[in-house]
Amino acid sequence: MSPPAQSEAAVLPAAAASVATEPADVRRLAGARAAAVGRALLPWALPLGVLALWQAAASLGFLSSRVLPAPSDVAVAFWRALGDGSLLTNVAVSTRRALIGLAIGGSIGIALGVLNGIVRPAETAFDSTMQMLRNVPHLAIIPLVILWFGIDEEAKIFLVAIGVAFPIYLNTFHGIRTVDRGLVEMARVYGLSSTALFWRIVLPGALPSVLVGLRYALGIMWLTLIVAETISSTEGIGYMTMNAREFLQTDVVVLGVLAYALLGKLADSFTRAIERRALAWHPAYQHGSEGTA
Amino acid sequence: MEIFAAADADVAAKVRADEIRATFTLPEPRASAPRWKGEPIHLSAVTKSFGARPVLRRLDLDVPAGQFLAVVGRSGGGKTTLMRLICGLDLTTSGEVRVGESRVTGLMPQVRLLFQDARLAPWQRVLANVGIARGPHWREEAHAALRDVGLADRGRDWPSVLSGGQKQRVSLARALVSRPGVLLLDEPFGALDALTRTEMHRLTERIWTEHGFTVVLITHDVAEAVALADRVVVLRQGEIALDVPVDLPRPRTGIASAEALDLQRRILAAV
Repeated sequence: MSPPAQSEAAVLPAAAASVATEPADVRRLAGARAAAVGRALLPWALPLGVLALWQAAASLGFLSSRVLPAPSDVAVAFWRALGDGSLLTNVAVSTRRALIGLAIGGSIGIALGVLNGIVRPAETAFDSTMQMLRNVPHLAIIPLVILWFGIDEEAKIFLVAIGVAFPIYLNTFHGIRTVDRGLVEMARVYGLSSTALFWRIVLPGALPSVLVGLRYALGIMWLTLIVAETISSTEGIGYMTMNAREFLQTDVVVLGVLAYALLGKLADSFTRAIERRALAWHPAYQHGSEGTA
Repeated sequence: MEIFAAADADVAAKVRADEIRATFTLPEPRASAPRWKGEPIHLSAVTKSFGARPVLRRLDLDVPAGQFLAVVGRSGGGKTTLMRLICGLDLTTSGEVRVGESRVTGLMPQVRLLFQDARLAPWQRVLANVGIARGPHWREEAHAALRDVGLADRGRDWPSVLSGGQKQRVSLARALVSRPGVLLLDEPFGALDALTRTEMHRLTERIWTEHGFTVVLITHDVAEAVALADRVVVLRQGEIALDVPVDLPRPRTGIASAEALDLQRRILAAV
């Protein structure tokens, strides 16, 4: 090899940059972009395919609208319900119940989890009771709840609160118990007060676990609400679907199911956003990667 | 081909120098650095037992203010217990520990401890970790401490992106923020690679020279003890087996002299 060859090698990076505007590289770049778009669309291929099949089956008469309405009918029902305002009202009512129940149950779960996680005597006193109650399916007490609260708002909110309290309690308790002992010892040596220790070490340490509990609780929240609203209600998505069943409006029933799916997905995205923000310090949430929990 | 090889070696050397600069830039020693008061440590007839098993037996030890003491010994020899007694994480079974004027009956605010692992809170940025105790002017103080350990520009980073040596330097800065009278080092360099360890030695020596606090270094590395300390104590089965001064010139270069090697051999024989 001769010196000129070496100088050629030295300018190679610059040369590579200028070459990028040539046709072959444009094609390669376009190919890469197409692949990226393909990756983004791939998760939607299956649902869209099913939708197309479903529409075809309904249009060709293989599928009775008594069994399942065509997607187009659901879309029409959507416009109708949106137009007369009933959809938004029902979604708002359900969301309000869900959030109030979550706030109450979540607060109780976090408070008990923190208390039992930090204070040993409290754990001895409460934990085994919590474990016992946790194993009772909370929907089993619906008859009792109706006797207590009638079919008013309280009944639904009570059920949601009970449903979400347990997963949040368990995960908060676990999170606090597994906070790094070394960090707690460090904080004591460095003179942190108990309050500072709690806010700066214990709670942030438990937070990833608390958020897992929250995501789990959100699923239970919607599940509880669906059941509670279908049994006793005069408003809400559950009422909307049950009412539609009376009149064999399968399109409205499917619309209600879709509304639940969408609300559930929204709630999940919301928690993910909280996680990304609150756990920005965590290596798993850096470099834009998504957490899995 | 020769031209190639020569150019490569040249580039490689430059890259390596850049890397070293990037990983570790020690600030220049400052003649005007604020000195703060070192505190003496006195142990008289200290016994510490866990259950029926005594870990320290009637230990007497005086560490004058500003001394750099290294405690060497095998695992289970009572080194860590001694250190926990001085900072008040544990209390003696009998006997007395004093730091400065006060008897140790609980955690001592003028004693700071560097753990084997850096123990940084991963959810706080580096600056907030250094100022973990949140004194009145913690931001300025934490920043000054970070500058002291050569990490002035890393205050806004998360601890998870730092290397092992950098984490240990952050935890050193955290210990320095409150200007402790006594700094306890519990094998803080044990997990670092040899190069980083030498750098940490130089840094520790420099900061100690500047500020003049008392240091107790716990280590099982005899060479490290001789490289850093004014005095080495060997702890064996809860008793002091050897207590020797280390009269070597400072700043020490990290390359052991014949005298230092001789001292290392004497200490090793006692361990």
